[in-house]
Amino acid sequence: MKNNTKISVRNLNFYYGSNQALFDNWLDIPANRVTAVIGPSGCGKSTHLRVYNRIFELHRNQRATGEVLLDGENILAPGVDLLDLRRRVGMIFQKPTPFPMSIFDNVAYPLRLHYKLSRSEMADRVEQALRSACIWDEVKDKLRESGMALSGGQQQRLCIARAIAAEPEVLLMDEPTSAIDPVATLRIEELVLELRQRFTIVIVTHNMQQASRISDYTAFFYKGSIVEVGETSRIFTNPSCKKTEEYITGRFG
Amino acid sequence: MQRRDRIFKWICAGCALCIGLLVPGIFLQLGLHSADAWREFGVGFLWSSDWDPAQELYGAWPNVAGTLFTTGLALLLAVPPAFVAALFVVEVPGWLGRPLSYCVDLLAAIPSVIYGMWGLFVLVPLMLEHVQPFFAETLGLAELPGGRWLLGEDYNGFGFLTAGVILALMILPYMSAVMRDVFRMTPTVLRESAYGLGCTRWEVTRDVVVRYGVRGLLGGIFIGMGRALGETMAVLFVIGNLMEVPAGLFSGGTTIAATLACNFAESDGLQRSSLFALGLVLLVLCLGIQIAAQYYLHLTGAKRGEAR
Repeated sequence: MKNNTKISVRNLNFYYGSNQALFDNWLDIPANRVTAVIGPSGCGKSTHLRVYNRIFELHRNQRATGEVLLDGENILAPGVDLLDLRRRVGMIFQKPTPFPMSIFDNVAYPLRLHYKLSRSEMADRVEQALRSACIWDEVKDKLRESGMALSGGQQQRLCIARAIAAEPEVLLMDEPTSAIDPVATLRIEELVLELRQRFTIVIVTHNMQQASRISDYTAFFYKGSIVEVGETSRIFTNPSCKKTEEYITGRFG
Repeated sequence: MQRRDRIFKWICAGCALCIGLLVPGIFLQLGLHSADAWREFGVGFLWSSDWDPAQELYGAWPNVAGTLFTTGLALLLAVPPAFVAALFVVEVPGWLGRPLSYCVDLLAAIPSVIYGMWGLFVLVPLMLEHVQPFFAETLGLAELPGGRWLLGEDYNGFGFLTAGVILALMILPYMSAVMRDVFRMTPTVLRESAYGLGCTRWEVTRDVVVRYGVRGLLGGIFIGMGRALGETMAVLFVIGNLMEVPAGLFSGGTTIAATLACNFAESDGLQRSSLFALGLVLLVLCLGIQIAAQYYLHLTGAKRGEAR
């Protein structure tokens, strides 16, 4: 696991103004695996994830200290190219966020931002991304229609297609199925398992069954600290911390 | 209790009905009083440039053209600064953005007659001594082919450009306030997902915020446009009040509202009827633009990605 660490979080602390939200987080995210981040609401799971692409910086009074190494390079250092970082680290949000444009343009948008492509290359890349996100068959006849007219589950898969179109290395998923019905949730879980071949995936979830179904590793957060990290099978069968056991057996959370 | 409810219901219904009847009522009133003019001049009234009280000949074209020209100029001048000002006050930290938005809002509180006086005593001399000579002579636009057509034969500080500048100032706060709300309306998560793809701030604004709020942005522009079409006092001070079709940016002219305000008190007979006809034209113009705008937005809604 040490040899193919994609992201290495070292001594990460996070503050909302003067409120500290993360306390001394250390975490290694292995490449081409699914790492689930679980824990009760408000424990800092999303906050932690939002450091990886520095999206938190859009908000005033939010501050991170420590190091987050992506392929050995500290992304929290000054002088990091944010636009390139965000191309390499894609993000999926709790609610589907299709842009107010056509299905095709939604997926083509990040490609236009980062690459110069001919029309046919563009069409190919968009099709590839939509196929990878398992939504091509549903939308291939209505690529010119609005992305906002799709169902919630389809919108979320469209957002996944958009996030992977620019070939990122890491996919961050912040409770991607919390606003979606159970059937659509299953499809997205299957999709995550397929995407694992190509991307390093970190998924925040409040759903422990989901974590156990789709993740290789699990990190348990409690009150801003990482209580326990390990292989998912072990965490869910034989946790070494009392807190972890209490949480996964549903005694609080 | 039930009886009181019923009384309240009838009061509400009465008020709603009154408002509903107001617009048709105004139409009816204007129509009745302008009947003589329409009978005399027919539809040709709209594009006739006559205005001769001695021979009892009246036409609407100089007024209509002047109204459209000043409104167009005002929008051209006001939309870009309103847009960037709104963007700025939303994006900068609150300690800077909040006082600035109050300042923009305060512009809307200035009575239009004050704008008119300011125009007459400050803007007109400024235009006469600096702006107009700069365009006509320093840049030499007047000497270029088409220059006379663009600027007009001569300049004296008054005219359409001066009126356009004042109107632009007057409609800017309304448009900027609406646009500001539109920018604030965009869901944070939508912005974040655009930033998350590696967008710059300008790309997020152009491709996501503006598209998301295009209906509101156009709404803001139409609010400004409606105000510019009907504005009377400020324009009256600086337009020159000549019954002439616009002949260039610096030429003098009139607008429907200015003509009505100038002539109504002393008019009678056919002239008064013609003024009513002008009023009707203005009303139709304003309503027509509103309806066309709504229809256009409805048509293009699907294309911009609004779920039906």
